[in-house]
Amino acid sequence: MSFLELQNITKVYPNGTKAVNETSLNVEKGEFVVFVGPSGCGKSTLLRMIAGLEDITSGEIILDANTINNVDPSERDVAMVFQNYALYPHMTVYNNMAYGLKNRGISKQEIEDKVNEVAKLLEIDPYLSRKPSMLSGGQRQRVAMGRAIVRNPKIFLFDEPLSNLDAKLRNQMRLEIKKLQRHMGVTSIFVTHDQTEAMTLGDRIVVINDGIVEQVGTPKDIYSKPNTKFVAEFIGSPQMNIFNCKIDNGIAKIDNNSINLNKSINVDDASIGIRPDDIQISNSGSISCKANLVEYLGSDMIIYSNMGDQEFSCKLSSKIDVKSGDEFKFDIQPSLVHIFDNSSGKRID
Amino acid sequence: MNRITFSLNHLILIFGLLLMIAPVWIIFASSTHTSLFINTNGLQFLLGDNFIDNYSSVLFKTSGFFQEITALKMFFNSFIMATGIATLSVATSLMAAYGLVYYRVKYSSFIFWLIFITLLVPLELRIMPTYEIMSNLNLLNSYMGLILPISASAIATFFFRQFYKSVPDELLESAKLDGANSWKFFIDFLVPLSKTMIAAVFIFMFVFGYNQYLWPLIMTTTEQYWTVVMGLKTMYGSISHRFAFVIMSMIPPVLIIIFLQRWFIQGIFQDK
Repeated sequence: MSFLELQNITKVYPNGTKAVNETSLNVEKGEFVVFVGPSGCGKSTLLRMIAGLEDITSGEIILDANTINNVDPSERDVAMVFQNYALYPHMTVYNNMAYGLKNRGISKQEIEDKVNEVAKLLEIDPYLSRKPSMLSGGQRQRVAMGRAIVRNPKIFLFDEPLSNLDAKLRNQMRLEIKKLQRHMGVTSIFVTHDQTEAMTLGDRIVVINDGIVEQVGTPKDIYSKPNTKFVAEFIGSPQMNIFNCKIDNGIAKIDNNSINLNKSINVDDASIGIRPDDIQISNSGSISCKANLVEYLGSDMIIYSNMGDQEFSCKLSSKIDVKSGDEFKFDIQPSLVHIFDNSSGKRID
Repeated sequence: MNRITFSLNHLILIFGLLLMIAPVWIIFASSTHTSLFINTNGLQFLLGDNFIDNYSSVLFKTSGFFQEITALKMFFNSFIMATGIATLSVATSLMAAYGLVYYRVKYSSFIFWLIFITLLVPLELRIMPTYEIMSNLNLLNSYMGLILPISASAIATFFFRQFYKSVPDELLESAKLDGANSWKFFIDFLVPLSKTMIAAVFIFMFVFGYNQYLWPLIMTTTEQYWTVVMGLKTMYGSISHRFAFVIMSMIPPVLIIIFLQRWFIQGIFQDK
C-alpha cells in the first residue's frame, strides 16, 4: 500500500463544472511528485482536496493507511505553502513558525528549539523578530517553507510557491526546495504550470489536463515518451513540432515531403511530433525548407519555418550559419518521431 | 513652493485654527474668573485667578434639582455609559461580522442588510418600545439600562464585515492547516488584524455614547444616574461654574482620542 493514495477522486463544483474527474494516483513515502498542467486544469483543486480545504465529491483519499476524506484539515498533518505565502501579517517570523506548534500543545522550550533549528537551516534566523511586511519576497518564501517544515508533517503541499518570485530567485529557490526535500525526505506534492519547474523538481510528474491525468511518469519518461499529444505539446521548450498528416503504410506525407517512419501502420488522421532539437540539419538532408525567422539565443538559435501551411521550429547550435530567408536542408530520424492518433490523442508505437 | 504661497497657506491654516480654538479658549479663560466679574465685564480673554475655586466647587459641590449629585459623579456615570457602549458595540459587531462573513449562513447578506437598515431606526424613533422593554427587564435607573439599547451598532458591523471580506482566504486556510479552530482564528487573527478598526470604532462609539442626551433623560428618574450631557442642561449655578463644567465635559472624549490615536496610527503604519 502506498503512503498516499488517491482513488477515483472527482470534484464537481455546485455550478456543475467538473474540476477533477476520476483521478487515481499513488505516491510513495519520500517521493517528490509534481502536478503540472495549464491554468484551470484542476491541479490546484486536487492539491487542496488532499489538504482538506476542498471537499471531495466522490472517491477516497488514503494517507498513511487512513482514509482522510472527512478528517479536518488541522488533523490531517499536512503542511502547505501557498502561492502568496499566506504569512500571518500581525505575527513575527518566529510566531509565524511557532503558531502551528503552539496549537498542538508542544512545550515552549521545544518550540523554541525547533523554530531556531529550522530558521538556521533556511538562513532566516536573523529575521525571527521581524514582521513579514519587513521581508523581501525570497525571505517570505523561506518563512512560508519554514512554517511548513517546522511542523514535520506527513506531507508537504506546494501550491505554485515560486510564481511570485523573479526569474533569478525562482531558479535559486527551486534548487533549494529540491535540496531541502532530499535532505528531509518528506513526501511532497508540488503544483506548477511551469514545465521547467516540473521537470527539474519532480521524481515523478503528473500531467493534468481538464481534470484528467494525462500521464504519470519520471521526467525522462514523460519527455521522451509522451503518452498523448497534449503531453507532447505541453512538456518541452520550445514546444514539440506537430504535423497533421496521413500515414500510409508507414509513410507520412507532409506537404510534398514524405517521411518514412519505419513502421507498417496506416492512420488516416494522425499527428507526428518531433522536438525542435531533434531535427538534424545537414547539407545532404532530404527535406528542404526556407527559414522564415531566426531567433538567436547565444549558444543556440531557433529557426522558424514551414512545410506547406504547417509551421515548425528547429533548435540548433548557433555555430551553424543559417539566416532568415535562407534555404536549409534537414532529415527527420524515424526513431525520434512521436506518432499520435488525432481521434483519441493517444500515442501510437 | 515659493515663499509667498507657503506663508499664505500657513496664514489660512493659522486663521482656521484660531477660529476653532478661540471660543474654547474664551470659555476656559472666563471660567477662571468670578461670576461677578464675568457678569459685569463680559467674556474674558485672559486668565483670572479663580481656577481652583471654580473647578473644585463644580466637581465636588452637589447639584441637580434635588442636590443629589456632584459633577464628579456625573463624569463617572458618563464614563461608565460611554465605555460600556463602546466596548459592547465593538464586541458585538466584531462577532456579528465574523458570523456573517465566515460562516456559511443561509441568506447571510439578507441578514446583514436587515441589520444595516436598523440605521434607519435611531433610538429616538423607537424610544417608547425600548423604554417598555427596559422597564419590563427592571433596568430603569441602572447602568445596564443606559448602555444596552445603544450597544449594537449596524455601522460598526458594516465596517468589520467589509474588512473581513478583504482578508485573503489563504490566511484562513493556512491557519486551519496550522490547527486553528474557528474561535482561535477569530482571536488570534481577526481581532489583532482589526486593531486599527477596533480603535476607530471604539472612539466613534465612545463619543456617541458620551453625547447621549434623550435616552438617559427619559430612563433615569433619580439624579444618581445623571450624565454629563444631562448635567450641562441643568447647571443652574453661577456663570463661571457653568463654563468650568463645559470645559471639563470636553476632556473625556479628547482623552480617549489621544489615548487610542497612538494605537490607531501604529496600526496604520504596521500594515504598510
